Amino acid sequence: MNELSLYILDLTQNSVTAGAKNIRITVSVQPESDRIVIVIEDDGCGMDEAMLARVSSPFTTTRKTRKVGLGVPMARQICEMCEGSFAIESKVGVGTKLRMEMRASHVDCPPMGDLAQTVFALVAASGGGTDFVFVYAFGEGRFEFSTGELRATLGSEVPLDTPEVLMWIRDYLKEGIEEAGQSNDQ
Amino acid sequence: MKSIADLEAIRQKTLSKVNLRREHEGVRIVVGMATCGIAAGARPVMNAFIDEVGKRNLLNVVVAQTGCIGMCRYEPIVEVMRPGEEKVTYVNVKPEMAARIVADHVVNGKPVVEYTISEAE
Repeated sequence: MNELSLYILDLTQNSVTAGAKNIRITVSVQPESDRIVIVIEDDGCGMDEAMLARVSSPFTTTRKTRKVGLGVPMARQICEMCEGSFAIESKVGVGTKLRMEMRASHVDCPPMGDLAQTVFALVAASGGGTDFVFVYAFGEGRFEFSTGELRATLGSEVPLDTPEVLMWIRDYLKEGIEEAGQSNDQ
Repeated sequence: MKSIADLEAIRQKTLSKVNLRREHEGVRIVVGMATCGIAAGARPVMNAFIDEVGKRNLLNVVVAQTGCIGMCRYEPIVEVMRPGEEKVTYVNVKPEMAARIVADHVVNGKPVVEYTISEAE
């Protein structure tokens, strides 16, 4: 995969599959310290210690259709290649927290890519069963997005996956992320 | 600039249509979004379908996601399920194909045969 935002999409799918009701994605890009930190937290089913120990192996998967699971091992590999670190904490019945860190200017560090598209795809496809909080920090700039907040405004009668609402979410994310990136230039 | 306040207007506008949406059993468009799908380009494909459904304001169509269905070499895979009809599986889908699949199949009920898995095999 050639964008960090695609890794985020893929790893967050694991949280969705784990039955999470709340998922928090934090992406922090800090040009001054040259670090990128990505944290994905969920309140899904969690993993026991045995699973946690095996989860970075490409031959670990919960899926029945095939024997390999490449999402977590690829994410770990990219962090380790880019002078960073990769960590997962998890507790059965409580949830999972995944943290990726890398050096932003490392030659092997993929571009961030389209974060708005990633968050949009997650929200649109969740069918309203999961609440997402997305926090993006770029230097001093900051953008926060919460589906719970949108839901409070829309009320129970208008679901998040109403076409017009989705179109609004897409533009809102795009503008917010761009603005957070630009606020450093001023 | 978009603001949360816009949602109130959308809410008012949508309220009248919502009942309509719930009354009919709708069409499901399901996009494979496991590692294999994402790596093959499922994200723009999924967003193209949501766009197309949004543009046409199709209230009885749901775009959803699924995991790996075990045919990774054919990703991105999109399944279209119309109520009472057999599921149609589209393979190696590109964002440009979304408009035609929605127009011909989702709206008019005619599957786009050349994009289907039977043609690929």
